[in-house]
Amino acid sequence: MMSKIVRTITNILYSSILIFGFYIIMHGHLTPGGGFQGGAVVASGIALVLIAYGYDTAKDWIKKSNLSILESIGGLAFIGVAFLGIGTTFFYNFLANSGTLFGNPTVIGINPGDLNTAGVLPLMSWAVGLKVLAGLGSIILLMAYGIKKGDEK
Amino acid sequence: MIEEIIQIVVLLIIIVTAIMAVSFKDLLAAVISLAATSLLLSLEFYILQAPDVAIAEAGIGAALTTAIFILAIKGTVREEEI
Repeated sequence: MMSKIVRTITNILYSSILIFGFYIIMHGHLTPGGGFQGGAVVASGIALVLIAYGYDTAKDWIKKSNLSILESIGGLAFIGVAFLGIGTTFFYNFLANSGTLFGNPTVIGINPGDLNTAGVLPLMSWAVGLKVLAGLGSIILLMAYGIKKGDEK
Repeated sequence: MIEEIIQIVVLLIIIVTAIMAVSFKDLLAAVISLAATSLLLSLEFYILQAPDVAIAEAGIGAALTTAIFILAIKGTVREEEI
């Protein structure tokens, strides 16, 4: 538990950091960044809350079991989406230019970018992003837990 | 020309903060210096037109390692208080 100044700044910044991280993941196929970078930004938001409020308060909001489930979902979704294109090849981009989800044809030339393009790449970005944010979040959470255990001894 | 001057200034501040990180006796101040080094390094990556690497460096180097170091320092006691 840190001072009131740190906690107030955390309350203001936490949602902005999370939204920025998810924005980086969502726009992984258009702008710089992708699953790993966005996941790292979200995990830094989790670390901010853990440091500002301490392990005892933050463990009610960030649960290890939820992070484990999220990490498993990320890994399984990545492999599952890759296997969905097995009719042609592994990792085949079967959604690109199909007209359905993320299926718009890519615009040629200088343009602001269409979010609804690139086929399975945004799904892959989300899978990687969930896995990275859950993995790095668990590392920080277990680090805080181990230090609390060390204090009790 | 202006770009080279900005790069030289940023790199000099990186070196200064890195030396500060090694020479500080206070561990928390050293960790903050290390975070400043990482943040300026990500700025340098951005100037060198690698925004992808810059985001990764800012997320991992400046935020997460600082958090882990601060958590580790919270688990220790100062030498004067023993």
